[in-house]
Formats: sequence, structure tokens, C-alpha cells
Amino acid sequence: MPVETSGHDRALLSGSNGDAALLAMRIVLETAEVMGADRLIDIASAHVDGCLYHGVAGLEFAERLVAGDAHVAVPTTLNVGYLDLLHPERYRGDGATAANARRQMDAYVAMGCRPTWTCAPYQLHNRPGFGEHVAWAESNAIVFCNSVLGARTNRYGDFIDICAAITGRAPYAGLHRDEERPATLVLRLDGIPSRLLASDALYPVLGHVAGQVAGAAVPAIVGLPRDASEDRLKSLGAAAASSGSVAMFHAVGITPEAPTLEAATGGADVPQETVTLEQLRLARDELTTANGDELGAVCVGTPHASLAELERLATLLAGRRTRVPVWVNTGRNVLADAERLGVADSLRAAGVNVVTDTCTYIAPLIGHAPVMTDSAKWAWYAPANIGVRVTFGSLEECVRSAIEGHVVRDAELWGDA
Amino acid sequence: MPEATTLVAGEAEGRALVLDEPLSFWGGVDPATGDIVDVHHPQRGANVAGRVLVLPSGRGSSSSSSVLAEAIRAGTAPAAIVLAEPDPILALGAIVARELYDVAMPVVVGSRDEVGPDDTVVVRAGPDGALVRRR
Repeated sequence: MPVETSGHDRALLSGSNGDAALLAMRIVLETAEVMGADRLIDIASAHVDGCLYHGVAGLEFAERLVAGDAHVAVPTTLNVGYLDLLHPERYRGDGATAANARRQMDAYVAMGCRPTWTCAPYQLHNRPGFGEHVAWAESNAIVFCNSVLGARTNRYGDFIDICAAITGRAPYAGLHRDEERPATLVLRLDGIPSRLLASDALYPVLGHVAGQVAGAAVPAIVGLPRDASEDRLKSLGAAAASSGSVAMFHAVGITPEAPTLEAATGGADVPQETVTLEQLRLARDELTTANGDELGAVCVGTPHASLAELERLATLLAGRRTRVPVWVNTGRNVLADAERLGVADSLRAAGVNVVTDTCTYIAPLIGHAPVMTDSAKWAWYAPANIGVRVTFGSLEECVRSAIEGHVVRDAELWGDA
Repeated sequence: MPEATTLVAGEAEGRALVLDEPLSFWGGVDPATGDIVDVHHPQRGANVAGRVLVLPSGRGSSSSSSVLAEAIRAGTAPAAIVLAEPDPILALGAIVARELYDVAMPVVVGSRDEVGPDDTVVVRAGPDGALVRRR
């Protein structure tokens, strides 16, 4: 099916705005065909994931765009890169990779993207409004954008993200359309102990299960506390977009398109599944690849920690020194706030290593000792990415374990006792 | 002879590698070798290079486009990808590799039922549709 083009689209295709705009438009149109879109829509902003170095191809693509005089047409934020530009001394990788990674980050800045270097662009100011069409890449950012903000993006990946930003256009398909946003599956929490329901730890394990059950579907989750914070919904979505391809979920009574179950499903009769405590414990254990109580480091802040999460970490540590290193990833914007409020100082007083601009499971920063994390996403990807064994646990378990120097479990939290 | 839909046009032939679960290329495939490195994947350790990769769908990360493009550049990519569900993220990796390196790796959506493990499979994907057939 041919994709309908506007005068603007055809002008870019004619090459009158430069080679890069032509290439970007061609890629947007070909993607539209792949997605079955019949036309393109204007986007208000973009979040670009392609700045992270995975090898020469991504670098050559970015530099070809820069050579073709590419400039973004809409406000565009950048995801993490391979380097912590604020703390370069911690990098343990080889120099040639670092040089390429830096060139790739620089290329995206040269195209006019903001050097935000965060996977949590929803923690920046000026986030997309309800119903606004945007083109966001990075799986956790995508699911947060659709589910929690109620803005509209598809599951965009590297390359199409910057092409959408350069052209200001995206295929009108998938989650941009009203028809695709209702839930196609209901997940009902059943028999979850109140302590786990009140804990941060529920959300990543529930997200892990939701991703496995839903695949690429839109699940509606019933039974979450109504005061579930954005940070908790962030960790749920990040996990569901790792174990599955979830690009949107509804938390009934919480997220903006799901005031009721009926609103979430659009009144359709959709399949229902229950999520039990046993499934959540299994998810916790599946996310754990370490042996026994071995512990070499604690890594938290994936996706990038919010100010509230940094404050909570500082409070739990209360200035105590830990027996193993503690690493936390955050955005440079959030770190600036944490510096101003003294939170960064209290983290440093406890010996915490604050990482910005990248993530501890991407860049060679932390070595290869076994790690405990409160992030299902970190636990899911780190074993393959950086060759570490992982224990998943709540943030409290992580902090207690760091202080004691071995994995400490709160058996009562998980109903193991 | 399964009929398939073209996501990215091209022609290829190779031994089938039929995956039981979705695969994220980022965090799942090492583009230096083509090995499946995802510790949660039942076919961890298999190598995708030169194979007709038959899989239910992509999964997870939006960086998979880059990893696939890099694998195509490095010569460690599958010969073709046959998906049960369309996956724009994998298609993008093939589209950009074609733009940069003039390598046309077909990506198609079609039934996996008639392809057995290790069958030699021919994939022909053109603008009007695709064929996936055992040799």
C-alpha cells in the first residue's frame, strides 16, 4: 500500500533540504510501509536512542547524516551513550571503542539534539502532554510515555528515531491510533501479601511477568494500589519491555487512559489472567543468576534514578559505609538537583558511585563480580552484556546486603518464610 | 510453499535456525560473532550467521536495529529473517544496512510451520510479496 505524502514530505524527498533529510524521509516512508501506515503525522518531539555505540554501523549512519547537513526539526532529547562524560576516569574499556563512542555521541549533538544522556526523559522538564504524538525510542521510555504520560509513540528503535526527528514526521500506525491503545489482555493480581503490595519490589517482578504473558500486547493490570508512584510504574514498564515487547500498559485506576477497567479495554471482552504470589517469586528467582549469597557490588538506578529514588537510597544508607561498592545511575539533570539539595553529598558520604550519561550494564565500569540489583531490566540484560551474575532484590535488600557484604533476603516480604 | 509478506526486500538462501522464543538482538546477539548470548534464551549458544533465522518476533530493546545493522556490516548476521509477527525494529536494521553497505538482507513475515530445523531454505522477498521455501 503506498503511503500518502504531504507537500513537506515530497520536498524532503526531492533533496531540496539536503541529502540527510532525503535519506531520513526515505527511511521514515519505508518504515511506514513496514508498519502498514497509510500516511505520516507530525510529531511534537523526539527521544533518540541511536546515540549509544554498538559498533561501526551506528557510527557511520550518524556521521553520514551529519555529512548530509542533518538538523532535527523538533525538540529532541538523547538517551544514554556508552560513556559517562562527567566521570570519565571510571571507564575500564579500550580507547578505540571509547573514541568511536564519543564520535557517535558528538554526531547526535551536532544534529541539534539536546545532550540529556538519559533513558528517563520523562524526568526532564517539558515532557510530552496527554494525547501528544511524539517519536520516542528506548523501550522503557516508550512504555512510560504511552502508559503514564498518555502521550503517543510507537516502539521506535535506533535509526527511525533520528529520522523522525529530522523530518518531524512519523508513520501513523500502532499506538498513535486510538484503536490500538485499549487493553487486549487483563492481568489481575490475586492473593499478593499487603507488604509486597506496598513495596517497590512488587513492580519490577510484576513487570517481568507481564512482559512474559503479554508479549507485544497491551495489558491492563488490576489490583495495584491507587497511589502507585511514577517511579514504581517506571520499573514495571521497564521490566515488561525487557522480558516482552510491551509498549503500553494500563494500571487500572492509576494511569490516565484507565480510570476504570472498562475504559482500559474500551468495553471489549478480552482474555483475563491472574498473577499470583508464586509467579512473582518465580520471576524474582528467574532474574537471579548468582550463586547463593555471593556479592561483589550493588547496582541500582536502571532506568535512571529519579531524585526521590536517590533520596531514598541516601536515607536507607544513612551515611553508613558499605562492604561492597554501590553504584547508582541517574541523569545529569537529576544529579544537578541532587547536588543542590545535598543528596549527592550524603550518597558520596556512604561511598556510593554516582554514574551519569550511561548505565552500569552498558559501559565497562564495574568489573565482573556478582551484583545485586533492584532492577528487573538490569538483572535481565547484565549477564549477557557485561558478564556478571546477578541477584534480584528489593532496594532495602540491596542496601542491607551492601552493608553486610553478602546477599541478605527479607523472606517475609516474599512470603518465603 | 508458504506465502509471506515482505518487510525488507532481498533474496537469500541458508540453513534454517528455528527459534522457540522471541529474541532481542541487543543484549541477545553478539554482533562480533553472531552468537546468541541472551542467558534467558533457550537457544543460547547457537550462531545466527548465515542462517535463515525463523523466530516468533523480536523482543525488548529498541537498540536491536543497531545491533542487526552492525551484524550485517560485520558479516555475522542471518542470511534472512522470517518472523511470525512484523517487527519494525528488526526491519529498520536491515533497511539501514542496505542504505549504508548495499547489502539486501530479506526480512519477511510468514508461517514457520513448514520450515524444519536445519532445512535449507530459500527466501525471495520482492515488493509484491515473499516466498519462503525448502530447497
